[in-house]
Amino acid sequence: MSVELDVFVGNTTIMDEEVYQFWLDGYTVNDAVKVRMEGGVLEECEASAEVLRSDTMDQYRTFQMCERLLHSPAKLANQLLFQIPPHRQTMLIERYYTFDGVFVREVLGKKLSKGTKKDLDDVSAKTGVTLKSCRRQFDNFKRVFKVVEELKGPLVENIRQHFLLSDKLARDYAAIVFFANNRFETGKKKLHYLTFQDFAFCAGQLISNWTVGALDNMLEDMDVDLEKEFLQDLKELKILITDKDLLDQHKSLVCTALRGKTKAFNEMEANFKNLSRGLVNIAAKLTNTKDVRDFFIDLVEKTFVLPMRLPCRSDKWTAGDMRLYLTHYTNSAHILDTFKHQVVWDRYMGVIKSCILKMYHD
Amino acid sequence: MPGKLKAKIVAGRHLPVMDRASDLTDAFVEVKFGNTTFKTDVYPKSLNPQWNSEWFKFEVDDEDLQDEPLQITVLDHDTYSANDAIGKVYIDIDPLLSSEAATVISGWFPIYDTIHGIRGEINVLVKVDLFNDLNRFRQSSCGVKFFCTTSIPRCYRAALVHGFVEELVVNEDPEYQWIDRIRTPRASNEARQRLISLMSGELQRKIGLKVLEMGGNAVVGYLQCFDLEGESGLVVRAIGTACTLDKLIPGTVLNECMCVCVCVCCCSLILSGMGSGISVGKEAGPLKTLLRQQAQSALEQREFPFFTLTCFPPGFLVHIGGVVSARSVKLLDRIHNPDEPETRDAWWEEIRQEIKSHAKALGCHAVVGYSESTTICEEVCILSASGTAAMLNPRFMREGCLDAGGSDQRLSRCGFCHIPYDEFNMPFPAQLTYCYHCRRQKVPDVLFTTIDLPAEAAVTGKGCLIQARLCRTKKKAQGEVNATAISNLLPFMEYELHTQLMNKLKLRCMNALFGLRIQISVGENMLLGLASATGVYLSALPAPGGIQIAGKTPSDLSYDQHISTMQKRINDTIVMNKELYNIHPPECIEEVVGSPIPDRQRSRLFRSTSESSDELSELDLSHGKKDAFVLEIDDTDAVEDIQSLLTDAPMPAGFYSCNTEVMPGIYNWTSGLQMFTSVRVYRLNNANLTNQGLNKIFTDLCENLLKSLYFKLRSMIPCCLCHLNFTVAVPEEELIQVRRHTPKNTSPILSIFPRNILNEEQLQFSMELCGESTSSNNQPTAKASERCSPLPEVRSRSLRSTRSLPCGAPVTVVKMTPLSFLPMTRIVKYLGIINMFFIRETTSLREEGGVSGFLHSFIAEVFAMVRAHVAALGGNAVVSYSMKECVFMENPNKNQAQCLINVSGDAVIFVRESDQEAIPPLITSGQTSTTGADGTT
Repeated sequence: MSVELDVFVGNTTIMDEEVYQFWLDGYTVNDAVKVRMEGGVLEECEASAEVLRSDTMDQYRTFQMCERLLHSPAKLANQLLFQIPPHRQTMLIERYYTFDGVFVREVLGKKLSKGTKKDLDDVSAKTGVTLKSCRRQFDNFKRVFKVVEELKGPLVENIRQHFLLSDKLARDYAAIVFFANNRFETGKKKLHYLTFQDFAFCAGQLISNWTVGALDNMLEDMDVDLEKEFLQDLKELKILITDKDLLDQHKSLVCTALRGKTKAFNEMEANFKNLSRGLVNIAAKLTNTKDVRDFFIDLVEKTFVLPMRLPCRSDKWTAGDMRLYLTHYTNSAHILDTFKHQVVWDRYMGVIKSCILKMYHD
Repeated sequence: MPGKLKAKIVAGRHLPVMDRASDLTDAFVEVKFGNTTFKTDVYPKSLNPQWNSEWFKFEVDDEDLQDEPLQITVLDHDTYSANDAIGKVYIDIDPLLSSEAATVISGWFPIYDTIHGIRGEINVLVKVDLFNDLNRFRQSSCGVKFFCTTSIPRCYRAALVHGFVEELVVNEDPEYQWIDRIRTPRASNEARQRLISLMSGELQRKIGLKVLEMGGNAVVGYLQCFDLEGESGLVVRAIGTACTLDKLIPGTVLNECMCVCVCVCCCSLILSGMGSGISVGKEAGPLKTLLRQQAQSALEQREFPFFTLTCFPPGFLVHIGGVVSARSVKLLDRIHNPDEPETRDAWWEEIRQEIKSHAKALGCHAVVGYSESTTICEEVCILSASGTAAMLNPRFMREGCLDAGGSDQRLSRCGFCHIPYDEFNMPFPAQLTYCYHCRRQKVPDVLFTTIDLPAEAAVTGKGCLIQARLCRTKKKAQGEVNATAISNLLPFMEYELHTQLMNKLKLRCMNALFGLRIQISVGENMLLGLASATGVYLSALPAPGGIQIAGKTPSDLSYDQHISTMQKRINDTIVMNKELYNIHPPECIEEVVGSPIPDRQRSRLFRSTSESSDELSELDLSHGKKDAFVLEIDDTDAVEDIQSLLTDAPMPAGFYSCNTEVMPGIYNWTSGLQMFTSVRVYRLNNANLTNQGLNKIFTDLCENLLKSLYFKLRSMIPCCLCHLNFTVAVPEEELIQVRRHTPKNTSPILSIFPRNILNEEQLQFSMELCGESTSSNNQPTAKASERCSPLPEVRSRSLRSTRSLPCGAPVTVVKMTPLSFLPMTRIVKYLGIINMFFIRETTSLREEGGVSGFLHSFIAEVFAMVRAHVAALGGNAVVSYSMKECVFMENPNKNQAQCLINVSGDAVIFVRESDQEAIPPLITSGQTSTTGADGTT
């Protein structure tokens, strides 16, 4: 005797959040049943494995049928097929679009193309996230990317409205879209210590300060691309390192301000020119797409981040030191008489400062 | 006289992509009624077309208005080839024809295609202008209201109950017409859907005419069924109870249920239709005769004094005799004139006569809770009818004497338990006792009924679902031989089901069954019987005796040992069940009254109270006594019985189940309500199974299904499964094997559809789990209220989005329930009957997730379409919902499957009774009568 058909349908769609998570995580029905059995649901309700299996199958089917709707969450609210209470709808959408930090770290900044999708089995093997789940997450990224690509207005808001996501999740997606669009390199070994949240924060800073939408969000274009004019203006900052007087003047201003305030003063003084060169060079090169891609590597390699993280150095800068240094570094430039690019400088350094501070950790 | 039907096509949304090149669709709509068709313009290149058409006007006879559905077809325009159909919507405009129901149909309807399922939605507006019709010879019956509800609808009062109406129409089944060989499956399915829609329209109109003739204005307990007879045709038949209903002014609703005092008494009898000889009890007490004479004069004019109601206005029901049922086996290929209804009419006439005579034999002049059903296997068809023989108060059937409600019925409070037949001339052996309530009149020891537990009945403890399951093998045969074999088996099956029910009832220490429904289905080589009912302990009836086990030949010691362990297990179970269902009947009464109680009864009572203490002496005491319920286990059947008795798994804590509308003994309901449908099909691998083996399998299946339900609903504890409705079918070894292989040694497919439409309610207990109950109780209520808020946050967000998203009005939440009411709410308006028939077919079964995936989405689609229709009528719930038919056929080899579903119910508008007290009035009265009963004893 075998079960040919086993179906359970409720007028209000019944869903088990635990099983939903298993489904999202790409567990097969058998695996999910196994985990659930170990979880002790059985003892609770005196059910048999058969019952558990039938329930899991039912739930999986329901989720599969809902998946189509979840691809365009706005449909979920006005579709007629499933009667799902609004708070459940929100949960379904939010969970469906939630991604694994380890996974997103692997594809962040990569082109969301078929080629990348083909390599997902490697990603799966590396991260331990099931291939099914990887695909779902990847497709989510791609879907969001495609939809917002053509839209005007603020990126985060667009994502939030179209995919009905929470603010936090919408921001994360904005970061993913932004990274994918600009193809920022994040996979290099030196960047491995950075988490997705570090990058997401930086993306947020870049989006709200360096894009076209940053100045006027009703503007025709969208804030996925960095503002061309601004990048052009950044070249002007070169004067800070090319003009010897200006460089010395800047150094002395910063050193005066810092003296006695930090243990790492000597280090700061010694490295000032290197660091300043590094920072300004990054700014000057951003007109090249290739250099935009390397933005984060450059930040780590050429400026503070890497040298300061060397563990063997006793006089390592603390985060506080770094903050102090960057504040004075930025502010001192204003006092320089011959430096005329104050607005661009502030717009540049504001973002750089917060990015560096975010990335400045172990 | 004509009416004018107006339809307007507003917009579509979520349409499927029909043009692969552009990923868009050029959609237009055809609106068809009768032979007239209108078209909208093509709305090019959009998945969310805005047609905003003019009003399409159809001038038609009201006869057509009743018969025909409005047919809306959405198509994709194609310049070079034929236009592709996207899907259809059938709208039944009957609700618009009654002045009191809906005035306009407006809303989003799922566009349905029999091959692809739901493909987008369409917004439609429909109105009807009716001109007054004074023609006496008209063929239409506009204005007669139909209700599926088997009680007097909540916002009406029964002025007059006229009685039984029935009708039957036959047509050729499009699936079996020659043209079906050349047309597409889609065309064939649509022809079938349309035909059934037409036929049920016609049926309703004809029944309506009969009602008008009788002077009524409504049909209550309307039950419509389809018989897919195959070659010989397609039958649509319906029965109902004609009534004259008065609309109640809001506010008087409460009184309706309060002044109730009739109680029920029944006897245990199943009269099987297969020629069991029964003598009619002619004599009766003087009072009884008087009543009967009155009633007879009122009922005699009627051919069949049958009522499809299961719940009655106060004072309507006087006595109950017991369950009457009749079955008859017919051969479909022997119908001389298959296209005419005469033969079937004659069949049913025959069965109804039999029921009527059975009722007479029980001294009753009416049958209540009446229903009819069929089961078809190849050319053999079993027609069954069952009901509860009863004495009714004649006042309800005569005109003009209805006003005084049930006030004088109060007198009969103590006399309600009378047996309606004569004590010395009983139609069957039964043990009579004096009523435990009034001590003056005789009551039987057990009673079985097909009706709901009357609200006023005094109940001890809680009720529970009791099921008897039976499987019998039968030789494969053809034609007459087959029919004879089946008719020979039927009485035995009925008897065994009855015995099982009785055993299980006693095991639970209960003495009455309500809502009894026995279903017998035929397969090629087996018969299945499934009886479900809700057991209760009626305070007015004697306590049930225990179950004794006896061996016929107590030869050796180990055998005795075996018996005594069995006995011990049974006794333990009884004690446990007493606790579980909270049955603690008052025990002291006997000694006080003493004299009128025969010795037999007293000893039995004594025994049943002492059971818990000492099993061994118990065995000795009762051994060989006449009245004891003795199971002799030498008998193989009995072994089986005991097995099935003890294998019934107990319900997990916090769950209650019943198949009646309300759960006896539980009074605190919340409005958290969930209706669901579950279908299971099993394939039997082993071709040579014995009766016992089959029984075991069948029982396990049912038990597993229940277990599954409990598990799924575990988060809703405490919860009660109400109106649990099991349906079993043994699909013929159909199509699949028979057509393609030789039927030699094919595995019999025991496909069982325990389709339970059931309903789950949260409840709160006053006694146990006080702390917990509040929390578990609040949660679902909150959920429900959220569900009802029309504009949730999520949706408002989507409305703001910058891209022009297809956002219409938010989806209305529509509740569905098989109950006739929604707890904690008040029904303010009945909008009309919902009666829909759908066919779904697939040729890509595997791609759609196999049979389960296919059926899962189909059922979900059916729900969606019912909800959409109700919402379009302006309603927010379906009550008395039932899925009457669910026929599933598959052919995995060809990757094909087909399913037919028929659903019905009443669309209503309800309002939350937030300001009123938490307990529904009906149940309050039940509770008070319980306490009252305790007080008098």
